[in-house]
Amino acid sequence: MIPASFGYVRAGSVDEALAALAEHGDEAKLLAGGHSLLPLMKLRLARPEVLVDIGRVADLRYVREDGDAVRIGALTTIRQLEFDETLAAHVPLLRASAHAVGDPQVRARGTIGGSLSHGDGASDLPAVALALGARLVIRGPSGTREVDIDDFFLGFLETAVGEDEMLTEIVVPKCGDAGWSFQKFNRRAQDWAIVGVALVHGNGSGPTGVGLVNMSSRPLRAAAAEEALRNGASATEVGALAAEGTEAPSDLNARAEYREYLARVLVERAVAEATI
Amino acid sequence: MSTAQTMVNVTINVNGSDRNEVVAARTLLVHLLREKLRLTGTHIGCDTSNCGACTVLLDGHAVKSCTVLAVQADGCAVRTVESLAAPDGTLDAVQEGFRQEHGLQCGYCTPGMLMAVTSLLTDNSTPSDHEIREALEGNLCRCTGYEMIVRSVRWAVDHPNGLEAPA
Amino acid sequence: MSLVGARVLRKEDPNLLTGRGRFVDDLAPAGCLHMQFVRSLEAHARIVSVDTSEAEAVDGVLAVFSIRDLADLPTLPSSPEGMGRPILAKDKVVFAGEPVAVVVAEDRATAEDATERVVVDYAPLPVAASIEVALAEGAPLVKEELGTNSPFGMGPDAAVAAETDAVFAAAPHSRSLHLVNQRCVPTPIEAQGCVADWGPDGLTVWATFQAPHHLRNKLVDFFGIPAHSVRVIAPDVGGGFGSKIVFSPEYFLAAEASRRLGRPVKFMQSRSDAMVLTTHGRDQIHDVDVAFDDEAHVLALRLRVIQNVGGHPDATAMGLGVLTTWMASGCYRIPSIAAGFQVCLTNTTPVAAYRGAGRPEAAYMIERVMDLVADATGVDPAEVRYRNFIQPDDMPYPSATNEAVVYDSGNYPAALQELQRLIDYDALVAEIAENNADPSKPLKGLGLSCWVEIAGFGPNGSLEGFGHLGSWESANVRIQPDGSVIIAVGTSPHGQGHETTFAQIAADELGVDFDKITVRHGDTATVQQGIGTMGSRAVPVCGEGVKNSSAAVREKAKLIAAHLLEANPDDLEVGDDAFSVRGTPSRSVSWRDVAWASFQPLEIPEEIGAGSLEDTRFQTVPNFSYPSGAYGCVVSIDRVTGEVTVDRYVCVDDCGVVINPLLAEGQVHGGAAQGIAQALYEQMTYDENGQPLTATLVDYLVPSAADLPHLESGRVVTPTPVNTLGAQGIGESGSVGAPPAVVNAVVDALRAGGADIDHIDMPVTPEKVWSVLREHGIIAGGGS
Repeated sequence: MIPASFGYVRAGSVDEALAALAEHGDEAKLLAGGHSLLPLMKLRLARPEVLVDIGRVADLRYVREDGDAVRIGALTTIRQLEFDETLAAHVPLLRASAHAVGDPQVRARGTIGGSLSHGDGASDLPAVALALGARLVIRGPSGTREVDIDDFFLGFLETAVGEDEMLTEIVVPKCGDAGWSFQKFNRRAQDWAIVGVALVHGNGSGPTGVGLVNMSSRPLRAAAAEEALRNGASATEVGALAAEGTEAPSDLNARAEYREYLARVLVERAVAEATI
Repeated sequence: MSTAQTMVNVTINVNGSDRNEVVAARTLLVHLLREKLRLTGTHIGCDTSNCGACTVLLDGHAVKSCTVLAVQADGCAVRTVESLAAPDGTLDAVQEGFRQEHGLQCGYCTPGMLMAVTSLLTDNSTPSDHEIREALEGNLCRCTGYEMIVRSVRWAVDHPNGLEAPA
Repeated sequence: MSLVGARVLRKEDPNLLTGRGRFVDDLAPAGCLHMQFVRSLEAHARIVSVDTSEAEAVDGVLAVFSIRDLADLPTLPSSPEGMGRPILAKDKVVFAGEPVAVVVAEDRATAEDATERVVVDYAPLPVAASIEVALAEGAPLVKEELGTNSPFGMGPDAAVAAETDAVFAAAPHSRSLHLVNQRCVPTPIEAQGCVADWGPDGLTVWATFQAPHHLRNKLVDFFGIPAHSVRVIAPDVGGGFGSKIVFSPEYFLAAEASRRLGRPVKFMQSRSDAMVLTTHGRDQIHDVDVAFDDEAHVLALRLRVIQNVGGHPDATAMGLGVLTTWMASGCYRIPSIAAGFQVCLTNTTPVAAYRGAGRPEAAYMIERVMDLVADATGVDPAEVRYRNFIQPDDMPYPSATNEAVVYDSGNYPAALQELQRLIDYDALVAEIAENNADPSKPLKGLGLSCWVEIAGFGPNGSLEGFGHLGSWESANVRIQPDGSVIIAVGTSPHGQGHETTFAQIAADELGVDFDKITVRHGDTATVQQGIGTMGSRAVPVCGEGVKNSSAAVREKAKLIAAHLLEANPDDLEVGDDAFSVRGTPSRSVSWRDVAWASFQPLEIPEEIGAGSLEDTRFQTVPNFSYPSGAYGCVVSIDRVTGEVTVDRYVCVDDCGVVINPLLAEGQVHGGAAQGIAQALYEQMTYDENGQPLTATLVDYLVPSAADLPHLESGRVVTPTPVNTLGAQGIGESGSVGAPPAVVNAVVDALRAGGADIDHIDMPVTPEKVWSVLREHGIIAGGGS
């Protein structure tokens, strides 16, 4: 119930956070909302020796229009995404999916940067980022770099953010008139998805992408389904390809076969909803 | 500045009063409230952030205080169940609703429910039954089956001034 | 105005609503130490060694105990004969999570840190993690000294079995079902804990317990100390549902630690502790055969029950099968019933009572059977029930299951009629049929549950068999000098609202204002002997005691009032805090004056004497009570994904006379929610190595408000003759009646959709339903 002891460093800025990471190396973990990390620490499944608290880095909480993109600070809470008017107008898929995450208390603390950096294949926002073709801004000792979402999720809980780096911004395209849908199939309302689908269909004039939740150990696109979608295939045809290239887990909630089936169903439903 | 500390000085405004404490970095906010400040109304019901019995308001929004470190709440305002009633004991509208409609039995999940409902009604003062249930998806109760909790919230919505005569 | 039957708001609420509740973890006596367990990760293993030296060296740790440090202590109470459970694991562990050592430290964080430093060396043994494995030839023995994993069973009587077989042989039809009533975890939101303080003046234990006197008595036996020196207090208790009546090691370990260390010791489970340490519920397998005729009359029933009791069986678990087989007849006149059960030890957490304790399992079985008969004969499920119901005129009805089972009262046809009226049954059936004819709509089904259960524990001898001091319950009513009333009761509530309910009963009998009555409970120092809260007994047994004690005090008070009024006691009425002469209301004396006078020997007749306005009684009842009801559930099934949604849930209950309709309805809702949760969500799962796979609330799916349906209530009242209140008790009704209505609705929907199935096991998950849809070729549209 009580985490193992650790040293605490509070960072007032990104520079301070990076300095702390440089000093403490792989013994340190960043603490944003804490809703991925603290549950693991309370069960003593994670025991970082140092926590670098970036919760107070004020200038990383924003949602701003920038031409035909929207820039989101990494420390923007999921609740803030849920209530943001800019997102409502320009990236409604992100706003709707934010509402589906966890429960209201979790959304008040969890951050988009935290969720993406954690890189859990069972989380909702990574699939949304994939569907939108997001770009991630990462800062480190050698400066700032941008990474495509397709180069971001590398493996099980492993992302492109290095040990001495920090995700600072998420850039998503404005979706214009693109159709979109977020499908989440779970047991209880507060549960992670058994399978989830984030879909946006620009039909030539906006992004098109299909991201899957809990169909692999890392966040994954439904690449074959996406291709079919771009080529104008029907909802059924697109849905039929949903599970290609996935490695759906089997667990108490569902065997892999059922997950693959659900992926096909949910992608088909998502396409249908997005093309109304 | 980058020295990692295991004991940290925090100042948190709790129920309107600034409290200054030195805490172990690993102290959960719920333990600070219960053990140090002896505000035992907030309860602990699980260790995986599911049950919501520990719900308090942090800067106005419901959070699970078992999943917030005390150091993360430094400089913030926290409200617990002890802040709801008037000093003379008059229950606020949400509390009165739970009393009128039997929204509690053992009372253990109740403080967390009350704070989650308080937060809901700040966001949405006229929620539908569906919206009430959705807003409470992070608060587990084993006694009531939730039906009377929903009625309790409905009462509070219909009687925003509690038992007072309408203005 | 009579308060019995009135919707009275609770006395308990102002404290609880303002955060002033006092639960065990809120207690912080000066110098209190903290205790935490080292729990076994192995489900079945020899303990080769326990090295506590590193843990003892941690700064802030005062002691680390394993069984070798506690060799003088006996085995825990309520272990069945020959299955004594040591206070900490000895020689081997028999379930994952079993405590092997205990750390006592200055604070909880240090205790948790130190538990990680205890080094236990295990030699793993083969694991019997399920009934199937435990009963197989050559299975690993959980307790070698027993020579078997199934040391106990009962029934059926050979002659009854032979007679039943004969009925089957001659019957026009018979069918069979294999039912799994899956393991659940009671999961009160407050886990289990205690504070023990053993000082020169004796031992005090605050405990999350449903029966403080019972715990006190066992502490006395366990430590061999006199009862006058032991005090047990159940403060506010955050739910129990049967799990907090078990003698878990911590209550005794904390006391022993306090004795040795000279300071109070607190133990508070985390939820992860609770999931493996507190007793689980249900976990029965049923094989049932039913014989019936063309008109759907049930002629005979054969039932074999296997009860999983876990690694260290609790005495309660041994009795669950008794209650299940006793209630196998349900609401129906079944002339021949051959029912028997056996227990099965496995390398899992011990099983004990969980809301309903053996009766939900019986109701589930018989209600599935009735639907099976309906399916087989083509007779409407409600009609099948009407044709087989025990009739109101048959009461008291001796069940064919056991001579101890005599149903007291009930009107099963009336309850079902009321349910049918509330849901507009004929129209609903037609609407569902029309809906199901449209393949673009979800499949809908309607399920009934006409159930009866055994409550109001109980007649003399019934609880003694479970190790209790008696089956009575105590009430003491004591008038204060100002006319207010203190009542002390032996039951111990954990959400039921006893302070309110009993005050309502007393207010009516005494004619004293409700607000002038306080009900005390939960403290062996202030309450006379008591038995405790379980088996839905508080109102039928203790409430009856409160009523009779109050009436006795009233009659004694009338003697004093009569003296003060110079009237005949038979001419007096009481109400509104006063005694008055019938027909002459101006001739009255207040309760306050009567109460005061009762302590003034100069004011009252010499033969009455001071202090007479008090009564203590140990109320017995002649029989159990048998609450009943009719529940209905409508479900929708997504034809593509298999997801089940409850569209409507209606509970019609008959618990005899209702004392407080608001509280009674709350009890039904709570029980029904747990029942629906069992039907759709919850299952405590172990892998073949005895590792619990659902050991947190992430994986063990206790539902929220967003996951459960709106609940509707109705009522039928057939007063019971078992007590003068006419009240049967209602605490467990919802959990008994709820699951079969859900499963019956799901089977109804799937059969309507073309799946020729007899049954689907709980929890009815989307994947299970999808499998059925697929196997029967009725899965709809996309995704195939």
